Amino acid sequence: MKFKDSLIALIVLGICLVWAVIDGGAASQGIGSALRLMTPLLLACLAGLYSERAGVFDIGLEGKMLMAAFTAASVAYLTGSAWLGLLAGIGGSLALSLVHGLASITFRGNQLIAGVAINFLASGLTVLVGQNAFGLGGRTPALTGAGRFQPITLPFADALRDVPVVGPIYSGLISGNTILVYVALLLVPVTWWVLFRTRFGLRLRAVGENPASVDTAGVSVTRLRYAAVAICGILCGIAGAYLATGLSAGFVKEMTAGRGFIALAALIFAKWRPWQALFATFLFGLLEAIANLYPNLDLGFITIPSMFMNALPYILTVIILAGFVGRAIPPRAGGEPYVKER
Amino acid sequence: MTAASDMMGGRSATTAPAAIELRGISKAFGPVQANRNINLSVPKGTIHGIIGENGAGKSTLMSILYGFYKPDSGQVLVNGQPITIADSQTAIRAGIGMVFQHFKLVQNFTVLENIILGVEDGALLRPSLSKARGVLKQLATEYQLNVDPDETIENLSVGHQQRVEILKALYRQADILILDEPTGVLTPAEADHLFRILEGLRDEGKTIILITHKLREIMDITDNVSVMRRGEMVASVKTAETSPEHLAELMVGRKVLLNVEKTPATPKAPILEVRNLTMTDIEGVERLRGIDLNIRAGEILGLAGVSGNGQTTLLEILGGYPPKGSKVGGEIRMNGAPLPIGGRGCDAAQRRRSGIGHIPEDRQVEGLIMDFAAWENVAFGWQDAPEFTKGMLMDNAAIRADAAAKMERFDVRPRNPNLAARNFSGGNQQKIVVAREIERNPDLLLIGQPTRGVDIGAIEFIHKQIVALRDAGKAILLVSVELDEILALSDRIAVMFDGRIMGERLPGNTTTGELGLLMAGVTDTDHTPENAGIPPGTAHVDDLPQEPV
Amino acid sequence: MEKMPKWADVILTPLISLILAMAISALVILAIGESPVMAMKTMVEGALGSSYGWGFTLYYATNFIFTGLAVMVAYHASLFNIGGEGQAAMGGLGVALVLLYLPLPHWAIALPVAMIGAAAFGAAWAFIPAYLQAKRGSHIVITTIMFNFIAAAALNYVLVNKLRPVGSMDPASARFPESTNIPALTDIAAGLGLEWGKNTPVNITFLVAIVACLLIWLLIWRTRLGYEIRVLGKSEPGAVYAGISPVRITVIAMLISGGLAGLMAINNVMGESERLVLNAVEGAGFIGIAVALMGRNHPFGVFLAALLFGFLYQGGGELALWTSIPRELIVVIQALVILFTGALDNMVRMPLERIFLSMRRTTGGAK
Repeated sequence: MKFKDSLIALIVLGICLVWAVIDGGAASQGIGSALRLMTPLLLACLAGLYSERAGVFDIGLEGKMLMAAFTAASVAYLTGSAWLGLLAGIGGSLALSLVHGLASITFRGNQLIAGVAINFLASGLTVLVGQNAFGLGGRTPALTGAGRFQPITLPFADALRDVPVVGPIYSGLISGNTILVYVALLLVPVTWWVLFRTRFGLRLRAVGENPASVDTAGVSVTRLRYAAVAICGILCGIAGAYLATGLSAGFVKEMTAGRGFIALAALIFAKWRPWQALFATFLFGLLEAIANLYPNLDLGFITIPSMFMNALPYILTVIILAGFVGRAIPPRAGGEPYVKER
Repeated sequence: MTAASDMMGGRSATTAPAAIELRGISKAFGPVQANRNINLSVPKGTIHGIIGENGAGKSTLMSILYGFYKPDSGQVLVNGQPITIADSQTAIRAGIGMVFQHFKLVQNFTVLENIILGVEDGALLRPSLSKARGVLKQLATEYQLNVDPDETIENLSVGHQQRVEILKALYRQADILILDEPTGVLTPAEADHLFRILEGLRDEGKTIILITHKLREIMDITDNVSVMRRGEMVASVKTAETSPEHLAELMVGRKVLLNVEKTPATPKAPILEVRNLTMTDIEGVERLRGIDLNIRAGEILGLAGVSGNGQTTLLEILGGYPPKGSKVGGEIRMNGAPLPIGGRGCDAAQRRRSGIGHIPEDRQVEGLIMDFAAWENVAFGWQDAPEFTKGMLMDNAAIRADAAAKMERFDVRPRNPNLAARNFSGGNQQKIVVAREIERNPDLLLIGQPTRGVDIGAIEFIHKQIVALRDAGKAILLVSVELDEILALSDRIAVMFDGRIMGERLPGNTTTGELGLLMAGVTDTDHTPENAGIPPGTAHVDDLPQEPV
Repeated sequence: MEKMPKWADVILTPLISLILAMAISALVILAIGESPVMAMKTMVEGALGSSYGWGFTLYYATNFIFTGLAVMVAYHASLFNIGGEGQAAMGGLGVALVLLYLPLPHWAIALPVAMIGAAAFGAAWAFIPAYLQAKRGSHIVITTIMFNFIAAAALNYVLVNKLRPVGSMDPASARFPESTNIPALTDIAAGLGLEWGKNTPVNITFLVAIVACLLIWLLIWRTRLGYEIRVLGKSEPGAVYAGISPVRITVIAMLISGGLAGLMAINNVMGESERLVLNAVEGAGFIGIAVALMGRNHPFGVFLAALLFGFLYQGGGELALWTSIPRELIVVIQALVILFTGALDNMVRMPLERIFLSMRRTTGGAK
């Protein structure tokens, strides 16, 4: 990795270190919170990565996550099982992926407009159905017990608790999260491996760069893109399920609150690469955690309102997009439906 | 008996089944009959040329062979076996490989990755890559197809990219290789190298189909040749038994007037003077390396050269729009007054005001707005003209009247100004552009590829208009990759290579051979490409028509 | 040859899309155990059955005309301005600042001044994405999305920390001076001796919106600037060849677009709430996308589509009031309209084209 590529990682680590030095207790609490806030962002970001690497732009991540959060919470409440909820979440998100695929692959429509439609569809349907099913103004009843994903303690967490440095990090931060957090983290190397070491990954990247190369090689562009969109749906499904059954205890109207767009921002920030996606989403999670802990962050010479921290991911993305700090170049065939050349 | 089955291969006149045989293939796109009852037989181990004008249906036919289109009727036989080619996968399995005019390569993949794409062994890449590396080394020595397997495609020259395409086909064990207009982007030297490779492949028993519209290539390398015209296969003959004149006649359907009737030029005052014009593009590559040109009133200067050697750039700079991010140096004078070459005042509108008209190289991308009606396109580029405007408003009535008159004079068919430009044929589209630019009566007319994709009737008409403008005392810069067109129209010929003018000739005092050498970068003093100090394969990637992404 | 007649393209395709969207919505209503017929009846009665209903329908339609025109103008330059929401919010800030801090004795003076404020702030908010798109190639869809969020955060900050009157807990500005309140249509009707639309928010901005439709039509199809915008929208290399600066036109088109979105604030901020509140735009910026798509990017179409969405919006409110169907039904319909008219356009169009082609073949014969 070149120095420029590891810049985000260094910034993130820098913030954590400075924070830990200034206020260890708050830092450990905040970084733990950042890890949890990062999880849905990371999952959605990787979801977008698969889709966009295959040439299908997806600004409907938000909607897919929201739909998943709703179906996951509903089924988890009805069955009392977070796992069944997870499946339902994936199902709900996949249904919207299918719509996205139909519009942007089969009918060669505008991928961005399809994404916009999906966001509204999710935003409307979740409340419409939720109100009808539970009568709580779009909320689902609160989840308890097995209806939620519970924190799990990693092996040796208790034994290592008192070891300096390693102890607090391993036992305090890394251990004690829900399984979906670890799934998300694990998906980073998995995604890297799939993209750059497997046949599927090679074809996926090719179809996002030059679909004609894949088509003339006798491989179906349509099937590959549908596969990518489906993976995107599954990951958004996990992200939504985590929001409703891991991070919170149930579904609330518009609970994604722009996370799909922050994930999109992180994807651009990461230049469509998995490891960078991890650091970008962690950075954004960190910003959110800081904004939550310090509504008015007093740096001595200036007081930063929480609104600024909330807007920072978007501001940073615009700066990245403007190309002043390392230009982000999307996959070349992105956004364009594939039409066979005559 | 059809002409196709009468013909025996020029080389392997055996009883073995033909590598490819087509029987009665027809294909229509909506109302357009692209292929009509095509019969063709290509014997094994031969190089078979298919020649025809633009739009004759060659590419459609080959797309059918590669599984891109399903024929409406007819039968395909490969090695004597009937086969339905439903998709590219079937074509590949049947041993057909295709080298498209626009390469189908992933620009940011390495050569190896491009080679294995679609024919990987197993789900993991590593074994496929190492196998491909071995095979590639073998193919490279066998057929002189050297490329660095780990180089990224975007760093390769066009010639090398084409080699990767050929290697892709060979790696898929293709026995039948189809090349669609392979030399359009190559220098003559690169084309020669390609032909040596193709001959090598044929001698190894491979069958090669070469699609082209260049007679010279057909005569040089093919064993047999089939001629297509308006969707039909009009003849199949042995190359040794035919002549370029005969083939040209078959292509067009009547005797071709290769010479345009015109009187000797009577050049007057200098109109355009270009001094030491240089251009460095956004990537820092020098595209123009000191161009000097003079064009006087009443003469046509023809600019010959393989596409991608700076002609497009030159036209764009003269037209007032140097490519984004480029640096331009030197001097341009129009009627004695200097023109800006960058920054403020350097745009196409200003150039028009200075008396420069411009028929661009690509009418579909630049010359017309395809979705606009014909009448709106008549104001295109001239939307500021006083007779088309009333203050801030457009004078649509005036534009419509002007459009109707122009379409009448230039015989644009159908004579319907409300029809969108995309619904006219190529020739009629070009007539709209030519009418718009010529009737402005510019002091200098820049013309790029005036007859690309235009039918023969329209070609003659457009050529006549260009000569008439010259006779009216105007200066004309004609850029064309068709040497015949340059020879027929020009009063003087300049040859461009690698951003330089290699030399100037008078059409009466030169030969295509001499011009061809200049186009390859061979100057008067040294006569071999090796000595020119320019390695083969230096044609620039970025100047070439890129596929839309 | 054209594949199908123009009228079919302009009228039939959006109509079929609308019918499809409505049909699916009806299925959704059925699925949640309500009657689509009853729902439709409630909506029609609530939105169109009285001058009260009409008053609200036209009020909402006014918002959507502005945001729809905003999306439309950008679309003609082939720019997808998804940032109407943020630009309208900023327009609200412009209105508030002008009305709170400038001494404006009469509404007839306040209105044009506030319009300038609204348009200027909306345009300014569109300027940065426009400039970045034109100069740096930053994708305008992404940047305008980001600017929506940044606008929301900025407005939140300004309302909480700057504009909120001392002692108020509400994140909203002070009321605008009485003198700047523009007449509601009901007042005008009363002046004419009619009783119409009592207690409804529709105001003279509706008339401004109609004028805006006419002006935008003139702009796009009759002016040189409009010609240049359309050329750029169809082909950037073409524009360059024609001596049209893509940077200039991109920026101008987006300024007009942002200005139009900002002008919406005249209706909701100046005309209705008479102070600036948090989230005043309420999604109207996004509805503009549906309106522009449905209206086939023509001002008259935008006008009709805005009326339709005004009806849906008001009807949806009534629905929530009288039945157990929440007003989010409207969001679903909106989503479906965007889906069918925007993204699944080909699904509707391709069978239609085939029908017209075969009709031509059987009737016309040769050609």
